[in-house]
Amino acid sequence: MDPTEIRALIEQNLGNSKADVHTDGQGHYEATVVCAAFVGKRSLQRHQMVYATLGSRVGREIHALALETFTPEEWQARAQ
Amino acid sequence: MEVNERIKKQLDTYPVLLYMKGTPDFPQCGFSAKTVGILRATGAKFAYVNIFEDPEVREGLKAYSNWPTFPQLYVNGELIGGCDIAVELYESGELQQILSTAKPVAQAQ
Repeated sequence: MDPTEIRALIEQNLGNSKADVHTDGQGHYEATVVCAAFVGKRSLQRHQMVYATLGSRVGREIHALALETFTPEEWQARAQ
Repeated sequence: MEVNERIKKQLDTYPVLLYMKGTPDFPQCGFSAKTVGILRATGAKFAYVNIFEDPEVREGLKAYSNWPTFPQLYVNGELIGGCDIAVELYESGELQQILSTAKPVAQAQ
């Protein structure tokens, strides 16, 4: 599956989000997602929200998805 | 027994339970292996289920937990996360704290 497709699914289904997705070409993907809806949520809930945008693809075409999730504030703090 | 009931029963029986690919000594996936390594580093006792041996639980868990991949680590019946989150919590010291709240293993009747 093309990483840009995954990126589009995440960004379309998770309002006001930005995603960056990479793959090793063997079904393993890495995604960094920044979304305001992550505010006040633990990593577990954030990952569940991202997984929900991809439906049954995870575990099939997407064998593994390593996730990093940030709120816009956390992302800014990290960039500095 | 229905699959959700079987999952519940497993989670009730084992306060620290890792659903993984393979076994702790012969993990069949790097992410499962890494999670086992972290659990061992904490010194916590844990049980495991090899999802390759139980396809019904493998499918059932995805819906049960809203979590589509393995490994899945549970403490006191609650999903803690997969490999990434286990690493993150271990590094921050939270995992050790969560594991210290694990109930004692129920004795077999």
